[in-house]
Amino acid sequence: MDLTINGTKHQIDIEPETPLLWVLRDELGMTGTKYGCGVAQCGACTVLVDGVATRSCVTTVDSVVGAQITTIEAIEEDPIGQKVVQAWVAHQVPQCGYCQSGQVMAATALLKETPQPGDEDIASAMVNLCRCGTYNAIIAAVRDAAQA
Amino acid sequence: MNDMFIKSREIGKPFKLSRRGFIGASLGALALGVVVPAGRARAQAAQAVVPGTRVSAFIEIRPDSTVLFRSAFIEGGQGIFTAMAQIVGEELDVDPANFTVEGAPPGPDYLLIGGARFTGGSMSVRMSYDAMRKLGASARMMLMQAAATQLDVPVAELSTEPGRVLHAKSGRSIPYGELVDAAAGLPVPEEVALRDSADFRWIGKPVGRLDAHDKSTGKAQYSIDLKVDGMLYAAVQHSPHLGGEPDSLQNEAEVAGMPGVHSVHRLPGAVAVVANSWWRARMAVEALQVTWTEPAPDVSRAMPADFSTEAHLAALKAAPGDGIAFEEEGDVSAALAGAAKVVEASYDAPYLAHGQLEPPSALVRWNEDGTLELWAPNQAPEMFQAHAAKVADIEPGQVIVHSPLLGGFFGRHFLYETANPFPQAILLSKAVGRPIKLIWSREEEFLRDALRPMSAVRFRAGLDADGLPVALHAVSAGEGPAGRWFGRDPDKVDSTAVEGIAGKVYAIKNRRVGHIHVDDPAIIGFWRSVGHSMNDFFYETFFDEMADVGGHDPYELRHRLLADSPRHRNLLEAVAELAGGWKRGPFEAEDGSRRARGVAMASPFGSEVATIAEVSIQQGQIVVHDIWVAIDPGSIVNPAIIEAQVNSAVALGLSSALLEEVVYVDGVPQARNYDGYPILTPDQMPRVHVRIVESGAPMGGIGEPGVPGVPPAVANAVSTLTGRRVRSLPLSKFSLEEGGAT
Ligand code: FES
Ligand code: FES
Repeated sequence: MDLTINGTKHQIDIEPETPLLWVLRDELGMTGTKYGCGVAQCGACTVLVDGVATRSCVTTVDSVVGAQITTIEAIEEDPIGQKVVQAWVAHQVPQCGYCQSGQVMAATALLKETPQPGDEDIASAMVNLCRCGTYNAIIAAVRDAAQA
Repeated sequence: MNDMFIKSREIGKPFKLSRRGFIGASLGALALGVVVPAGRARAQAAQAVVPGTRVSAFIEIRPDSTVLFRSAFIEGGQGIFTAMAQIVGEELDVDPANFTVEGAPPGPDYLLIGGARFTGGSMSVRMSYDAMRKLGASARMMLMQAAATQLDVPVAELSTEPGRVLHAKSGRSIPYGELVDAAAGLPVPEEVALRDSADFRWIGKPVGRLDAHDKSTGKAQYSIDLKVDGMLYAAVQHSPHLGGEPDSLQNEAEVAGMPGVHSVHRLPGAVAVVANSWWRARMAVEALQVTWTEPAPDVSRAMPADFSTEAHLAALKAAPGDGIAFEEEGDVSAALAGAAKVVEASYDAPYLAHGQLEPPSALVRWNEDGTLELWAPNQAPEMFQAHAAKVADIEPGQVIVHSPLLGGFFGRHFLYETANPFPQAILLSKAVGRPIKLIWSREEEFLRDALRPMSAVRFRAGLDADGLPVALHAVSAGEGPAGRWFGRDPDKVDSTAVEGIAGKVYAIKNRRVGHIHVDDPAIIGFWRSVGHSMNDFFYETFFDEMADVGGHDPYELRHRLLADSPRHRNLLEAVAELAGGWKRGPFEAEDGSRRARGVAMASPFGSEVATIAEVSIQQGQIVVHDIWVAIDPGSIVNPAIIEAQVNSAVALGLSSALLEEVVYVDGVPQARNYDGYPILTPDQMPRVHVRIVESGAPMGGIGEPGVPGVPPAVANAVSTLTGRRVRSLPLSKFSLEEGGAT
């Protein structure tokens, strides 16, 4: 299978139903994308598939052959991703940080689709769980990144 | 939890770290007995080391004058690495931004919590503040002494600016990085002067977190992310009932032939598959058809096959008597008998899961020199080291423990006999002769987490003719986690079972807080704010019941009963002011919604907290709009981190109040992932307003104190809206129809 991840092609030989998350983490050593629940509940595993926020724990690898996959490892190569990261640092969003790769990916997808999101847009896009309760800082950072 | 360590020291018994022998282990029989805490054993063996004094154990100054600091405390989001850099950097004279901080290995230098070491009880900063300042100041002095020799000037003529020693007279300066070798050979000074707090540049300031960028870009590495050469992956399936053992594996050969599978294993209470990726290991282990034995009669802590939370709650509620007194003042019986009115109510709170977002894992490697290396999320490296040595059957000194960043902890990563994956990883690695990374799936985590205990409390209060409380009688039933893990004296009450019912600050003359120990069949553990997480809910909501029956406003009654306690009265006034003044409601908000406010106070972990919540009910859902928190930790290190920790504590406290409950039926937890155990979602998060009050009292904790006030403040507001008292959590069980009887 050919996967395009962060602009680079990777040849992967694996069972086609393997979740993309575990291909990234175990086959390619890209551990920035996190495992939290494995059942599309938490969003820690969020990556971009053709720019759309996607939960990689329930995305089989064969379904993304031919797509452009972006992970947190390349986030600062993307101009919008870079703005998001800057806002995240400015607002000191992360606590334990474990959910934050997914949060940053979700925010980047939102701002790619909707550069000037309203409160509703933010609420419907930023649905990933954070056990550390960084939700208010996340919203503030998304608003700021949109202004930047 | 404040008292847990102190208590176990007072009793003078060894910490009981494990009570259950591994039975039927096919990877070598292991008997896990009583273990002396590594901390104490080492402290005795190494009398020469005074914890927190040997500069070289903590501080490594690199050639570029940046600092590598080994922290006695583990970073799990509470900001402790940054706080350490601020405290040490202030005295060492190095900008905290030039620090790299990592978790220290086990060792006598790091036993800063009364001769032991763990990250918990909101103790890290307050227990080490003085020692860490002195450490930084000592290192600075050593650098100045080295510079004095090099420049051939008296040390008194030298000063420092961040990262360098200055000789103002001659205008010469030397970067710290160039003085390291000379300074390292010098003795640590006996006495050093500390910086005047008026001159602090970093302590007390909102210094940015050292890890914010790495955590925003996926570069931060947690245990689950680590990899070593030659490593294989492992996944497990546990016995549904703790204590059951794998009997027959019907399809073992078939599973062994699945893609990538290296081997199939039986472990104590579990089966495991080792494979060349975790996903393959997991698919295979979950495909295994296992017959589990019922626990043998002598297996302690076995989960009864008929255990249910419903029945356990009924047993707690029915526990007879007044229990052993923990707190007793005046004559509560006489005061109750003479009271104008008596108020009675029973309360309860459920088991809770930690739900930290990083599933537990362990990476284990046996080295050629016979040492064992362990990377695992942990809050207590020495305890993990001692236990790992037992499991591996080697000396503690042969176990090298690494303590990576924690993807949340909230009390999850103490040593809990059956809730830690690392013993399994050690056995598997030994069996296959390769390094092993074992990850528990979220489902296995929900099956084996150590739970916040369930508890039930009966209150009786006596009011005088003016409706003021003159007697309070509380009986709590359950078990505290400190007693479970650090030894319980049957004649004494475990403070972690009653903290938050006892230790309240209101002037009620006659009081008795009793506790009935009821053995908890579940594996229980520490959960952020421990006993306070439910006990302040019980007490502070019952307080409103007393106020209502006595005809007093709940804020005014609190204020009145704090007349002789200026610190608490100020704090209560501070939170009201922050909220724009106290109003109970119900009132109509600007958006037309009908709202009410609840107030609560708590005294957890050496800090004082006052909380107000504003709540409405919309479309049958509780909506919490705002939470105001005034917190007095005495004095502070980083206001930005405190504000973040209060936000985090509010989220967890609210999550527990609204949603969380571990339910067991037939000995198994009903929820095995977040779909069955909902936690607070972004749309449920209120605005959080924080005021930090520095009263100058001894420094208190920060990580946990924000939690306990939230459930009662919210529940009190809900009661005002509905006209019915909330006496059981979570609120998702509470019928929200307004009005009606209590
Ligand atoms: S790990 Fe994919 S949504 Fe939780
Ligand atoms: S920062 Fe810890 S889970 Fe979000």
